[in-house]
Amino acid sequence: MQNDETAATRGATASPTPEAANAAVMNQPLYVAAAKIYPRAVHGWFAAWRWALVWVTQLVFYGGPWLRWNDRQALLFDIAQRKFYIFGVVFWPQDVIYLTILLVISALSLFLFTAVAGRLWCGYACPQTVYTEIFLWIERLIEGERNQRIRLDRGDWGPRKLGLKAAKHATWIALALWTGFTFVGYFTPIRALGADALGLLGWNAGTPAPALGPWATFWILFYGFATYGNAGWMREQVCKYMCPYARFQSAMFDRDTLIITYDGARGEPRGGRARGRDKGTLGDCVDCGICVQVCPTGIDIREGLQYECIGCAACIDGCNQVMDKMAYPRGLIRYSTQHALDNKLGVRAMWRRVFRPRILVYTAVLWGIIFAAAFALVVRIPLKVDIIRDRAAIAREVEGGLIENVYRVQLMNTQETARRFRLSVEGLPSLVLVGEQTLEITGASARLVPIKLRVQPAQVQAGKHPVTLVVQAEDDAKILVREKTIFIVR
Amino acid sequence: MSQFTSGFWDVYIGLISLVSIIACAVFLKLQSVRRIETKEGGTATTGHVWDETLTEYHHPLPRWWSWLFYLTVLFSLVYLLLYPGLGSWKGVLGWTQVGQLEAENARIEAKIGPLYAEFAAQDVPALAKSPEAMAIGQKLFLNHCAQCHASDGGGSRGFPNLTDKDWLWGGTPEAIKTTITEGRVGVMPPWGPVLGEEGVKDVAHYVMSLSGLASDSIRVARGKPLFAQTCVACHGPEGKGNPALGAPNLTDKTWLYGAGEAVITETIVKGRNNQMPAHKNILTPEKIHLLAGYVYSLSQGQ
Repeated sequence: MQNDETAATRGATASPTPEAANAAVMNQPLYVAAAKIYPRAVHGWFAAWRWALVWVTQLVFYGGPWLRWNDRQALLFDIAQRKFYIFGVVFWPQDVIYLTILLVISALSLFLFTAVAGRLWCGYACPQTVYTEIFLWIERLIEGERNQRIRLDRGDWGPRKLGLKAAKHATWIALALWTGFTFVGYFTPIRALGADALGLLGWNAGTPAPALGPWATFWILFYGFATYGNAGWMREQVCKYMCPYARFQSAMFDRDTLIITYDGARGEPRGGRARGRDKGTLGDCVDCGICVQVCPTGIDIREGLQYECIGCAACIDGCNQVMDKMAYPRGLIRYSTQHALDNKLGVRAMWRRVFRPRILVYTAVLWGIIFAAAFALVVRIPLKVDIIRDRAAIAREVEGGLIENVYRVQLMNTQETARRFRLSVEGLPSLVLVGEQTLEITGASARLVPIKLRVQPAQVQAGKHPVTLVVQAEDDAKILVREKTIFIVR
Repeated sequence: MSQFTSGFWDVYIGLISLVSIIACAVFLKLQSVRRIETKEGGTATTGHVWDETLTEYHHPLPRWWSWLFYLTVLFSLVYLLLYPGLGSWKGVLGWTQVGQLEAENARIEAKIGPLYAEFAAQDVPALAKSPEAMAIGQKLFLNHCAQCHASDGGGSRGFPNLTDKDWLWGGTPEAIKTTITEGRVGVMPPWGPVLGEEGVKDVAHYVMSLSGLASDSIRVARGKPLFAQTCVACHGPEGKGNPALGAPNLTDKTWLYGAGEAVITETIVKGRNNQMPAHKNILTPEKIHLLAGYVYSLSQGQ
């Protein structure tokens, strides 16, 4: 930077808009009001895929907590009791490894999908995209298409505008509250929650009104507000300014990653022309601006890959429609790779390069972990045993000169049926378990029992010895846990 | 409660906090505008140049982003108004750590109070038969007693076994409750200097003979009058002990420190000093009542 140039322009410029095209230094705000984006409705192959995913994810999300399994909610994450019910399986805090594996699988899937085809998650499955899509659909139903919405916003406030806006926000808020209610329904039984919520609205048919708990109310409102705010108001700003994932994804791209690209070589020089007329020296881009109008983040894909691009492919659908009308081949904007674009590779050559070692390694590791996790789940033993020696009382001499050690045993029956378990010990000559040898534990519960082990001092040396507690279900020999501990003689 | 003797430091801290917060707001305002260099062709950069050629584009953040910053300023001011934090200012809400602790304790008390009231209405032997009471009693025992008396209540060397019928201070419900509430101090004075080496051995053999342990009959005969002189005051003429003093019965097979000549000799020479801590400041009377029920139940099984 030249100092004299700075000095020369310092006093002269105060206006935030650059007047001259020449180099200039001036004060500009670091924060500006974001221009509202009015995405135009788009139809096509990729839009259909997005809607399919909207349906799938939302049917799962809204329907999930209503499913029943063995007289209880099939999907319930009971945080107060620290038990997660997922159909027939109950997960305990000790099963956190499975959550870890799930996160590892998610992360690896992210690496894989992003390396193959960029921001697939963002474009099709991310809740931010999905809810924005639903909210936009409601907006379109009530306020009309892009041009009508722009006109409505520019126009003066009158009964019509007030009515439309009120209708839109009321619908949004209703959907958002339902979303919040569904979300909370995963953590507290949704049917009881529904009854409480109906009572709150006065629809409890004469019975004393049950009340929504303060925390349930808070989370419904909080999650509802987040849905309404993010999908109704924030939209692309969440992706651009809040989402960390958006920012680190580019680190997973390489030159063979499928991204949404504009084929500049084919499109330029762009320019308008009448349909059917010879295009002369112009490229295929008719500069209609549809690709910009449909973009939910308001960028122009023709400027190349930008961090704002969420990979939704709306511009591909939009452009293809125009190309069809102009009777030009489709794919002026398409999924392609940087490599293919630069070297004008054919589709087959491009796809061959997509399956590069990186992708194969990701795929192999991902499937390896998925199979390992599935195997671990299948052979998971529905019994957890923990044994802790009494720390203060080392060893005591009981009648007959026997040496006794005391332990606390925590037994967890992680399945929902009551079971009897047989306790036994091994590892030292003359070692016996004193007291009850079998224990009944009700379904999905834990029990703490003190146990006593005895040895004859003549049979063992002084010092500490490893011993093993064996716990086995009486009705199923395969449910067996061996837990190591220490026996101290003196 | 201020740790300072004058009000100066309260004002000092309060002033620094307020000035810092206001300065943050002013700084935010000043920093919301930056000198931007617009190059030929219209690309605006921040003017910073790194590594000779690297420049940063000027991409203004959305305005709500700066609102978030101002919101933190507002939040801190409201926080300091509501809660103590500004020198000696107590805060509008009057919140204190002690107050919060008391409120939480009161909340828990309201929850478990009725349950314990139900237990308090029953006598100790009845509690010992109630599985619900014993489940809670076991938890209390594991938290407060098991460190010394072991998880099963069986005790260990120096710490009495609570599962047998032998009691140092009495095994009635009232005696157990008194033991837990007030604690116990059991002292046996050292007799080594009084009895002399031979005297100690003689008494030890006499004591061993009381419970049928192998003993030297000559020493037993010599020890008997010594025992009658020195030990009867606490252990009684027959050596049956005295629960009022916590003096153990020497005629049974229960030995707190172990049987055998060496241990008994050590006890006589050096004495013993046993302490059970009082729990009246740790546990509520209702909990002690329940705990007494659990301890009572331990010795009822056999």
